[in-house]
Amino acid sequence: MSHLNPQSDIPDPILAELFQQTESALAKLPAASLGRRSFLKLMGVAGGGLTLAVGIAPQLAEAQDREGDLPTLTAFVRIAPSGEIYIYAVNPEIGQGVKTSLPMIIAEELDASWDDVIVEQSAIDSRYGRQFAGGSLSIPMNWMALRQAGAAARAMLVAAAAKQLNVDAASLRTDSGAVIAPDGQRLSYGSLAEAAAKLDVPKRVPMKDRSDFKLLGKRITGVDNEAIVTGKPLFGIDTRLPGMLYASFARCPQFGGVAKSANLEDIKKMSGIKDAFILGAKGTHADLPSGVAIVGNSTWSVFQARKQLKVEWDTSKASTLSWTDSAAKAKSLAAEDGEKVVSESGDVAAAFGDAAKTVEGFYTYQFASHAPLEPQNCVAWHKDGKMEIWAPSQTPQRAPASASAATGIPASDITIHQTRIGGGFGRRLLNDYVAEVAAIAQRVDAPVKLQWTREEDIQHDHFRPGGFHSLKGAVGADGKLSAWQNHFITFAFGGRPVSGGSLASDEFPALNVDNCKVTQTQLDTGTPCYAWRAPGANAFGWVMQSFVAELADAAGRDHKEFLLEVMGEPRWFKEGNTRSLNTGRAADVIKLAAEKAGWGKTLPPGRGMGLAFHFSHSGHIAEVAEVSVDANKKVTVHKVVVAADVGPIVNLSGAENQVEGSVVDALSTMADLEVTMEGGVVEQSNYHNYRPLRMRSTPEIETHFIQSEFAPTGLGEPAFPPLAAAVCNAIHAATGHRIRTLPFSKEGFSV
Amino acid sequence: MSTIKLSINGQEQTVNEVDPSTPLLWVLRDSLGLVGAKYGCGIAQCGACTVHVDGQPVRSCSTPVSSLEGKQITTIEGLADDGKLTAVQQAWVDHDVAQCGYCQAGQVMSATALLQAKPNPTDEEIDQAMSGNFCRCGTYKRIRAAIHTAAENQGEKA
Repeated sequence: MSHLNPQSDIPDPILAELFQQTESALAKLPAASLGRRSFLKLMGVAGGGLTLAVGIAPQLAEAQDREGDLPTLTAFVRIAPSGEIYIYAVNPEIGQGVKTSLPMIIAEELDASWDDVIVEQSAIDSRYGRQFAGGSLSIPMNWMALRQAGAAARAMLVAAAAKQLNVDAASLRTDSGAVIAPDGQRLSYGSLAEAAAKLDVPKRVPMKDRSDFKLLGKRITGVDNEAIVTGKPLFGIDTRLPGMLYASFARCPQFGGVAKSANLEDIKKMSGIKDAFILGAKGTHADLPSGVAIVGNSTWSVFQARKQLKVEWDTSKASTLSWTDSAAKAKSLAAEDGEKVVSESGDVAAAFGDAAKTVEGFYTYQFASHAPLEPQNCVAWHKDGKMEIWAPSQTPQRAPASASAATGIPASDITIHQTRIGGGFGRRLLNDYVAEVAAIAQRVDAPVKLQWTREEDIQHDHFRPGGFHSLKGAVGADGKLSAWQNHFITFAFGGRPVSGGSLASDEFPALNVDNCKVTQTQLDTGTPCYAWRAPGANAFGWVMQSFVAELADAAGRDHKEFLLEVMGEPRWFKEGNTRSLNTGRAADVIKLAAEKAGWGKTLPPGRGMGLAFHFSHSGHIAEVAEVSVDANKKVTVHKVVVAADVGPIVNLSGAENQVEGSVVDALSTMADLEVTMEGGVVEQSNYHNYRPLRMRSTPEIETHFIQSEFAPTGLGEPAFPPLAAAVCNAIHAATGHRIRTLPFSKEGFSV
Repeated sequence: MSTIKLSINGQEQTVNEVDPSTPLLWVLRDSLGLVGAKYGCGIAQCGACTVHVDGQPVRSCSTPVSSLEGKQITTIEGLADDGKLTAVQQAWVDHDVAQCGYCQAGQVMSATALLQAKPNPTDEEIDQAMSGNFCRCGTYKRIRAAIHTAAENQGEKA
């Protein structure tokens, strides 16, 4: 399994704690959690309407209560007397759709008409609970709390109506924003809001049966869609303030280099330039690096000056990472066990001795950049000793700490505003751009917008680490998987494994095979790496599910049957823990994807079909790709069929969009995207040499959901990991060639 | 530094104290407050900055503002007529195309130009016309569907 591992994924202890608390609380969720028992806290009345705030997810609250902490408040509903229902979206919107889906959960239990709902982005405030976008956690951590928020408000409106009509509340029902009396009289929520807000808040409220859901599971279009297609300011980069200046910040091409001197006087003389100065590194390696700031009166003027900037860097302690050297080192270690044993079971040597067939494979995958389309940027305004920041950040609650580290201003004097975000993919879990703009703003008597160039965004990323897996597997005389051995050669930064740089002891198929030995070796990067959409899983899914297919081939078995056999009897790997693999859910999606794709049908020569399953972020997802490959190794992915079980779907349109996007992102990444470094310097710079997929290479994508009774979980990440294995397995079926290096352009393939 | 007169969305705009080499994108965003066109790459690779110049789609990040005097510039802000969305914009909303949404203004501008030139494009023509627009979230399937819907709705209107 490859959920976020707090020890390896998070570069600072506070953020690690945030994820750890969320993960461990979610792990305690009952397996079937559409139940009614929950927890609620409410805040007072404001603005003449009903204002409602609920506690954080009940399980988290209970966990915190046990520790003696009070739960913080997380969401608001306001019902105006005019009937408009204002719902705050509290988590950062990075394209995963939570600005629409989270308010839908409240509206469902409130029994509101979606047409009456107006969604507003909330402020950043600890009373809203944990406001971050990461780990595909927004839905699971908010599901019960937001249902309670809606249900409690509904109960209060019903109680107000009962009082007004002098009838028993049990005789009333609700429908589309109104309470309905036994005689059919409709009392609108707007007319009841003021009276309802004066009532005591129910401690525990019943919630709807799933069969009564009217809104959840429907296709609802994004609440910002109209603003997006008319060009309204929404994103961080769109922030404009009176008298705002613009800044560029030059970092050393080798990570960790220190600016010694620069032609600052020449720069300051340039047209449109107000100031230029050197900043020293402060905070962690994910806060403020050493560099040179240029401040001017337009983005273009600072970009022009940036081109003329000459900096002398001290690179004595800077990264010298070389992809070529790393790959050579990994190859040299392939035949050995790694320095650390991750998992060991049975008798691997004996199983290989008894094997009917043995297969070996050395798998290599590349470093990758997040490359969100909105380059990093941030606006800060320093006045009266305090600072206000407009940050397109996935962790806005962590942003004050970064700004404080860079400036010495107490975090309590730093206010963060969240904006819509032009792509996250994990990049914006970090707040280095916040630290940078804060340090610059402290020196400037005006609001300042820091704008990274595309080149800086690619070259100064915290990358998805490359990796190497030296695999050996065996099938017995009975044709079953009998042994699995892997030496994972990966990377560490500052002595700690990087995100995606360690295998969990229960990583597939460690618990599915009797004889298994997994070891790993970590090479030091010197260049930072960080969580990149489906950390770990985004590469492990390809490696493990490709190699299982290799073993099925070696056994002369049908891949689907072999994979189902490896899954074994339906069971939880951790009983009752929805964050762990359930082999029954796995088998169901494998069978469904195969059935919908026509698995086993006869295909013309040059065509092939490939299957893969991967479990990550609580999502059980199987994918089948159908491809053809021509004589020039040009691959056409005709169709991808996806079967997913993430429990009940909140917004069907949003869910399908996440699956479709994950398929395209994964295909793009496996095909041609690659970051290489030599001497610590990144060799790619912009979209001409870091080439994402275009429309013409997009396959037909068909998505099927098994809407099981388990608690709903997130879908921003788990549809990514199976895709590369499905496509490579299909290429093998079409051509007989097994791809063991990504991107597959390295093996001469293209899309 | 120069003063440059531009015609944007049917209105004459005078931009003072501007370096004539400044790309239109930064004049729109920094000087005029029209932030719909987005910065993505600065080298005409991603299409997020697409606007129309005399009806043709151009990448505003690589078009010097000095080359645009006397030409008609249309930005995403100039498409909707008095708040009424165009067929392309409406199709984008109805198909729920956007994920992060950052590239979509540029996508809508390219699609709009395509449908003006070819009212009923084939998938191949769509792929060709949209090849300069990159979507990091991977919404291509919906973009293609939205263009077909917009083509149908424009046809009905005409």
